[in-house]
Amino acid sequence: MISNTFQLAISSLWINGFIVVLSVIIIIVLLFAISVLLNMREIRGDTDKMGFKSDEERFKHYIDTLNSKQIEEFRKVRKKETSFAPTSKKDVVSGLTIAILCLISHFSYGQNEGVDSETVMSSGGVIITLILIAIPIIVGILLLAGRVKKYINNISDRNKHIEARKLADYIKSLPEDEIEETIERRQAAVNYQLSQKELSGDQPVADTKGLIAENPDTSLPFVAVKKKATKRPSVDPKLAKLVLWFAATATFWLIFGTSVGEYVGIKFVAPDIDQTSWLSFGRLRPVHTNSVFWGWASLGMLGLGYYSVPRVGNNVLFSYKLGWITLVLINATVLFGTIALMAGINNGGGEFREYIWPVMLPFAAALILTLYNFLKTIATRKTKEIYISNWYMVAALIFAIVITLVAYLPFWQTGLGETIVQGYYMHQGVGMWFMMFTLGIVYYYLPQQLNQPIYSYSLGILAYWTQILFYTLIGSHHFVFSSIPWWLQTVAIVGSVGMVIPVVAGTTNFVMTFKGAWHKITDSYTLPFFIVGIVFYFTGSMQGTAEAFRETNLYWHFTDFTVAHSHLTMYGIITFFIWAGMYVIIPRLTGKEPPQITVGAHFWMALIGLMFYSVPLMIGGTLRGLSWMEGKPFLDSVIMMAPHWLWRAIGGSLMWLSHLVFAYNLYKMWDSKPALDVKDLAIQKLDKDLNQQTEKAF
Amino acid sequence: MEFFNNHKSLFIATAALFLILTFFVAIMPALNNQKDNAPLPNAVPLSAAAQKGKALYIANGCVACHTQQVRNIDMDKMFGSRPSVSADYADIKRQDIWRNTATLMGTERTGPDLINVGNRQPSQDWNLVHLYNPRTVVSESIMPAYPWLFILKEYPTMDDVVVAVPEEFLKDKSKKVVATEDALNLVAYLQSLKQTEMPTGTNFPEFLYKRNVKSAAVASSGGEGPSKVIAADGVALYATNCQACHQQNGKGLPGAFPSLAGSKVVLDENPEIFVDIIMNGYNARANEGFGPMPAVGTMANLTADEITAIMNHEKTSWGNDAKTVTVEEIQKLIDKVKK
Repeated sequence: MISNTFQLAISSLWINGFIVVLSVIIIIVLLFAISVLLNMREIRGDTDKMGFKSDEERFKHYIDTLNSKQIEEFRKVRKKETSFAPTSKKDVVSGLTIAILCLISHFSYGQNEGVDSETVMSSGGVIITLILIAIPIIVGILLLAGRVKKYINNISDRNKHIEARKLADYIKSLPEDEIEETIERRQAAVNYQLSQKELSGDQPVADTKGLIAENPDTSLPFVAVKKKATKRPSVDPKLAKLVLWFAATATFWLIFGTSVGEYVGIKFVAPDIDQTSWLSFGRLRPVHTNSVFWGWASLGMLGLGYYSVPRVGNNVLFSYKLGWITLVLINATVLFGTIALMAGINNGGGEFREYIWPVMLPFAAALILTLYNFLKTIATRKTKEIYISNWYMVAALIFAIVITLVAYLPFWQTGLGETIVQGYYMHQGVGMWFMMFTLGIVYYYLPQQLNQPIYSYSLGILAYWTQILFYTLIGSHHFVFSSIPWWLQTVAIVGSVGMVIPVVAGTTNFVMTFKGAWHKITDSYTLPFFIVGIVFYFTGSMQGTAEAFRETNLYWHFTDFTVAHSHLTMYGIITFFIWAGMYVIIPRLTGKEPPQITVGAHFWMALIGLMFYSVPLMIGGTLRGLSWMEGKPFLDSVIMMAPHWLWRAIGGSLMWLSHLVFAYNLYKMWDSKPALDVKDLAIQKLDKDLNQQTEKAF
Repeated sequence: MEFFNNHKSLFIATAALFLILTFFVAIMPALNNQKDNAPLPNAVPLSAAAQKGKALYIANGCVACHTQQVRNIDMDKMFGSRPSVSADYADIKRQDIWRNTATLMGTERTGPDLINVGNRQPSQDWNLVHLYNPRTVVSESIMPAYPWLFILKEYPTMDDVVVAVPEEFLKDKSKKVVATEDALNLVAYLQSLKQTEMPTGTNFPEFLYKRNVKSAAVASSGGEGPSKVIAADGVALYATNCQACHQQNGKGLPGAFPSLAGSKVVLDENPEIFVDIIMNGYNARANEGFGPMPAVGTMANLTADEITAIMNHEKTSWGNDAKTVTVEEIQKLIDKVKK
């Protein structure tokens, strides 16, 4: 039975193969025939069918269409006077009808193909043989076609010679003056050129409006030239310094945190790479998550916030000092938290709640100081409205303070109370702190980069309130089917579905803000980061909704699918938006641009790395869940994951490399010494000279 | 709107909405649960050693990969005989003023769930050698090794617990691996992880999303009476229940777990002792250095059908060539040896 179907499959394969080869040959033959026929028409349309009434008219036409080189040649010939007639190689063509003959011969070749009979067909060898035979036959056909073409060309050349002879004779027969005049007229016509000053006139050129930017590098561009940051009113150096330090320490934690993450990812592939207690997987995993959360993302976001919160109120920051204290406190939290975790001191294992409360205290204090600082700044704003980016940022600070207090106040949460609060805390941390604040970043920095207002203020407000309403409910969806109350799980699932509203509203708003400005993406190095962030904002958030259902919890919960999801969101959304914001603002603070090639490298390595990281984990996670559902031995699912974990490590390495590149870019934006510019130097020297003169004068 | 242009009203409204929702989805349910919850009557509090072991479990972040919850869905049955309930966690309190309560329910199952591992894998020998390096007993494992819970001694004393680590995992072959207090405490904690029996007469939540009609039929028959509905997969069942000690090649681990290849018990024509060992455990070869075997069949609630499949797999693999047994025969013996 099985071998029967196999043979059937093979024979149908053979027939298919035969049909393919045959049709390839037929197509070649047909194409050739058509080309010959077209050629024939051209040949037919020769001497008598060019539409001229007489030979004379035709010859005059030849003379009228001489090109300058031909005229030159003709002149040379004329000088010799007594010499031969000029041999013009004009297209004069005629043809023959041999094509039909060869067509017939081609078809007879085509039939030779069917030599193999259907009796010897049940193996792949036959198909290969068939193809091998077909190759010389097809080559033969092509060679023959070449021969025929050459023959046709010969005939047409011979006709051209005849025509040329006639033309030469005609020219000889013409009176001297007449031909001279004709040639001269033609020469003048051929040599005519515009003066190139028809539009500009004779005035010297000057770029009075400063529209022209000169690109000194005239070699082929390896990367497309992107627009430089537009010069803005200069920023208070005190603010610039604060924002830069936020960015720099954030970047430090990004590199530290993802180095740990990369190392932990490698441990999935090589578990015995080290056997040190401080570096064991269970201790390093929270070091990774917490340092990228509280170190990188929180500091990065806050830095961008410190710039935009006063800016949108046309105001200055209430207190720089509080800003610096914030910076120090958050860095202290991550530093001490990391050491504590590695030493084995943690809070009991709830995700993102691994730092103990004394370590988290400076962070909470920093948030309170920042909230106070921002509120004071907003209170003295020069605008009537509170711009929506400030809604999101201030709300995020309020929420982060609330959840930290709820989660960390040390006198409650016995038994499952801990788990209920944990679900609430970990998801509000992600959604109401990182996502909320980052949305605020997008509401300011995206319109700024596109140089047009946000598409709809109302959509932004709708997203704001629905985000609070639904997101607050969804924490328990991390504990579906666990022993926390069933109604709480259901509320979380309903809330997760409700998240469609703010996410669609937000995405629509951002995408529509691009309306009429899509072309700006190609010459901006910040907008691609925004685009990636927006795409993942939609897909990542919707994926979260999909993961919350009871049905999907069966195969996705507890697997690496969740890990992929958290990277698609925390990295794809939050991190890309923070990068976008930093590339917007830092060149404006320092006046120095990052090298375009390394910005491109950063962008692509991060994006491709993220894909290599998350797609295999999603596939592997799903397969693993299905394996558990089938009741297969647990170890089978571990073995099955091995290649997926390897891909994750590869993707992770790319992401990690991109962070090194980003750090380099940050350095170039901040502290690089620009190459000496002669013009700048000259101005400085003039200034110096002038100063000396004035000194002497006194 | 004027309301939105006043930062006080805007942000007070925002905070109020968030606080109200927070109260209803987090604070109120958590407080409720704390108030109306008590440990099951049969629950055994952790011993002092297990308490210390739990602290190590927390410090080393084991929760990153191991959950401690049996969800009320059929696929979680492999980790426990009943779904976890709120009362299972009622006795877990704050560790101290500095550190929070640790229910250790977890959100990631890179490794297996451990809430009932004390029943599933009670052997101290296995747990110790597995902690020293998991690859000694499960070659495909990716779990970290914990050598810092052990010390190397040339001349262990009588009180020292020596771990039978295979030679290829030892750097210095002249020294013996001795478990520290920490390792023994951690194993004590793992051994204490057992699902508490529900008081008789109480209903516990049902397992939802049954795999298919067949497995539902087996579940409802509760392992009573021969079930011919499923042809159980001996290889998979062996992998789940036996392989961790006796190894995939059936050769066990010298000095710790006996070989099943060529084993007298396995090859015996009369399967009574074989069934007795599976159902009631075994410790007759301690003098040869082998650890006690737990009552795997009883603890994992294996059916006669499943036990038959495992036995036949063992009787016919790794060079073994004994007569296979039938489900009816084994059912009778199970009833006979039942204590």
